[in-house]
Amino acid sequence: MTKVKPTKARVATVWLDGCSGCHMSLLDMDEKLILLGEKIELVYSPLVDAKDFPENVDVALVEGSISSEEDLHKIKLIRRNTKVLVALGDCSVTGNIPSMRTVFPLAKVMERVYDENATINKQVPTKVVPRLLERVMPLHEVVKVDVYLPGCPPSADNIFFAVSELLEGRVPEMTSTARFGA
Amino acid sequence: MNNTAIEICTLIIENHECGGRADQTILEVAEENGIFIPTLCRLSGLSNIGACRMCLVEVKGMNKLMPACVTKVQEGMVVTVNNERLAEHRRLALEMLFSERNHICSVCVTNGHCDLQFLAQKLGVNHITMPYIHPLMPVDASHPRFLADHNRCILCTRCVRVCQEVEGAHTWDIMGRGTKARVITDLNRPWGESESCTGCGKCVQVCPTGALSEKGQAAGEMLKRRTFLPYLSMMREVGK
Amino acid sequence: MNQDDLTSIAAQTKQSENRYDHVIKVCVAAGCLSANSEQVKTQLESELKQRGLETCCKVKGVGCMGLCAAGPLVSADANELMFQGVTPADASAVIDSVVDKKPAPAAIVMDSQLDFFTGQKKIVLENSGEIDPERVEDYIAADGYEALFHCITKLKPLGVIEQVTKSGLRGRGGAGFPTGLKWTTVAKAQGARKYVICNADEGDPGAFMDRSVLESDPHRVLEGMAIAAYAVGASKGFIYCRAEYPLAVKRLRIAIRQAENNGLLGMNIGDTHFDFKIEVRLGAGAFVCGEETALIASIEGGRGTPRPRPPFPAQEGLWKSPTLINNVETFANIPPIIRRGGDWFASIGTDKSKGTKVFALAGRVNNTGLIEVPMGITLREIIFKLGGGIPEGRRFKAVQSGGPSGGCVPEQYLDIPVDYDSLASVGSIMGSGGMIVMDETSCMVDVAKFFMDFCMSESCGKCVPCRVGTTQMHNILERITQGEAGPQDLDLLTRLTSMVKAASLCGLGQTAPNPTLTTLRYFMDEYRAHIEEGRCPAGICHPAKVEAEVGA
Repeated sequence: MTKVKPTKARVATVWLDGCSGCHMSLLDMDEKLILLGEKIELVYSPLVDAKDFPENVDVALVEGSISSEEDLHKIKLIRRNTKVLVALGDCSVTGNIPSMRTVFPLAKVMERVYDENATINKQVPTKVVPRLLERVMPLHEVVKVDVYLPGCPPSADNIFFAVSELLEGRVPEMTSTARFGA
Repeated sequence: MNNTAIEICTLIIENHECGGRADQTILEVAEENGIFIPTLCRLSGLSNIGACRMCLVEVKGMNKLMPACVTKVQEGMVVTVNNERLAEHRRLALEMLFSERNHICSVCVTNGHCDLQFLAQKLGVNHITMPYIHPLMPVDASHPRFLADHNRCILCTRCVRVCQEVEGAHTWDIMGRGTKARVITDLNRPWGESESCTGCGKCVQVCPTGALSEKGQAAGEMLKRRTFLPYLSMMREVGK
Repeated sequence: MNQDDLTSIAAQTKQSENRYDHVIKVCVAAGCLSANSEQVKTQLESELKQRGLETCCKVKGVGCMGLCAAGPLVSADANELMFQGVTPADASAVIDSVVDKKPAPAAIVMDSQLDFFTGQKKIVLENSGEIDPERVEDYIAADGYEALFHCITKLKPLGVIEQVTKSGLRGRGGAGFPTGLKWTTVAKAQGARKYVICNADEGDPGAFMDRSVLESDPHRVLEGMAIAAYAVGASKGFIYCRAEYPLAVKRLRIAIRQAENNGLLGMNIGDTHFDFKIEVRLGAGAFVCGEETALIASIEGGRGTPRPRPPFPAQEGLWKSPTLINNVETFANIPPIIRRGGDWFASIGTDKSKGTKVFALAGRVNNTGLIEVPMGITLREIIFKLGGGIPEGRRFKAVQSGGPSGGCVPEQYLDIPVDYDSLASVGSIMGSGGMIVMDETSCMVDVAKFFMDFCMSESCGKCVPCRVGTTQMHNILERITQGEAGPQDLDLLTRLTSMVKAASLCGLGQTAPNPTLTTLRYFMDEYRAHIEEGRCPAGICHPAKVEAEVGA
């Protein structure tokens, strides 16, 4: 594990195919956010106004599974520019709810969403929206993951603990507190 | 065979000197001595089948790993319960189960009460290193009170055993081979149409996961019964 | 029937055969039958009748002659004359050759001095291709049931076991457990009832040793079982034969009926107090039912799934009674061991593997078929001498022994002796006798995938490592052949192989990784070519090269 600098660490949070619940849980830290804010600089996140994933990120917390070509592109970019990659929450750790569509053929899924259940403009999109992958994957099927933080969502305390430990250069040990599902 | 006097054996389990009767299993003696051996298909009160392979232990002098749930103790046995190799096997066995079907803990009726989920946590399985297989599995909701969701089934056959050995109905059995194997009711007829099922619910109680559950437990089933408020419509009338 | 009756039947049968100047033998085992040998036999008979030769020349249906690929096979005059690929139209040419010594057309003449025939040593197959499998008299004339009579009239059960132990015979089903030791355990086990089971659920792809024995010489197996029953104290036996062997089942049933009618099975055999009955049970096509505890569950009427051992069937088997379970070929070795003594048998073979072994030689080799060779022969001799080498001058790559439980042995080990321990030392097993030869046009990843596919489909699904492990390993092999795998997949494959081997409940799972393990060990370059270069060296798979994943 790469030791993270004690001065303001460059932290990113990413939202791939997930419900944003992990980010809600992150915000649910309440006053501990202030503690964290003293130690980190949030360089990229759905919560801040950065458009491109920056270089030299110390810790990236990635929520969501790899479901589309865009996710696939992003996670590789993130991996290249990140020292410690944390799979945040069940979607990124196991595929979770987004992966439930994998049992059906992709064409059927598209048909269901954009045709059967659409009320106006029934058509399967071919442009602008990223193409979906046949299989929804957890992060580690595509890139190396350094820390797994399961939970749907992981509790605010667990997130705080994990980030704090990483900032101290330790691998967070969360067997007793974190599990799939909750 | 008339074994009126049962022999007492002394053995070493995980560096603890233990005593047990010769008709006891390694698992039973370990539990009496407070030594934890993980299990999944086993449930006290049912026959032991040694299928999940979680309780495999090393026995000195034997070249094969032995399932503690069915291996009888012997005098002078030296048993290792935990080492790196056994931990790796158990982790992989659990990962195999998670990868085999669609165990989405977050939306499972048994989330938080599941033997598989707990064991994964206890043994430090925080991600699954092999690809998920994602099979399309059926859900049998034909029974008025119970639900069989094959997505969650780990084929431990606790339901089969409790139904045969305790209830005496033998409604449940297994059909098919390999990963295509499935628990079935009455020669693969819908559970709701089963003639042998007594509706006792023992299978639901012994199921380690969310494969067998009672209806009405899932979030979507917690319907509000608003019809008992007839004045709602009256008020609407008044408001006009 | 007693010893005197037996001797007189043997003499009469020999005498009636000796009346003929010539005996033409037509193979009527499944391989040649499917190539129309029954019509050949009928045509030969009517041709002889037409020529008025039926008093000097006899046509006889016999069991397998071994070189199945060249069938239908016909032989005459103590196999001095042999014919291959015989059609009903060739009948007169065959008779001309046998009776009038006219040379037959080159296309149907077979060299009886081929290494394929002369390189063999026949014990189990000594009657195959010689006797009519549907006539008990033929078997009796070939010293049949003599060993049984010797045992029940002259030997005590322990004396029988002593001979078997002395012979050094090991289980021919694959694992090689010492037969004498197994018999001793069952004999010593306490139980009011004991059973003898013959495992005829032969299921390895490409293997047909047991089928051939059952079709060619069924009485030999019955006799072996009866001797075993006497030795261990059983009075009831079962033959568990797969339903896909209808001819073997038919001949077994005929043989059992004949034996019962002649007092060779049933009550008071040989006018002694020894009773033994045999019943045939059919398997429904599950490979795992070849595993002894699954087989027993199946006979009991349950689902054919294995259970953990101990207790071993020898202590607690069929209906919880002590049960002796041996393979067809093991039982077939028993009568000659008793007739000629354990020491004689022990003089054949190697230090720890005695006697002979029947192999079904298949794949990329010139002579495919059934061979019986002494233990200790080298793989090279089997493939290049008996097998006649690789067709079209291609290069040998590997030989797979032991079916889905065995391994692929590469060229550098061709000179190891064929015995239980040497094959195990190179990662393979003796197995039940399947032997598949592969040349440079075989892709070893594809071979590994084939066997894993088999194990995956045949896994009973009871234990987790075998059920899910074989599927996961198969999926990885599939991805490698399709060029979709990365280096991390090889790591996972290696982890899975060692876990499934160590943690599976029964032999099926414990050995399922063997073909993969040996190909990984000896042909890693082929795996690498698929994964790293997107190339299949044998040109079998068409892997598409994929972009290397970041940090994965």
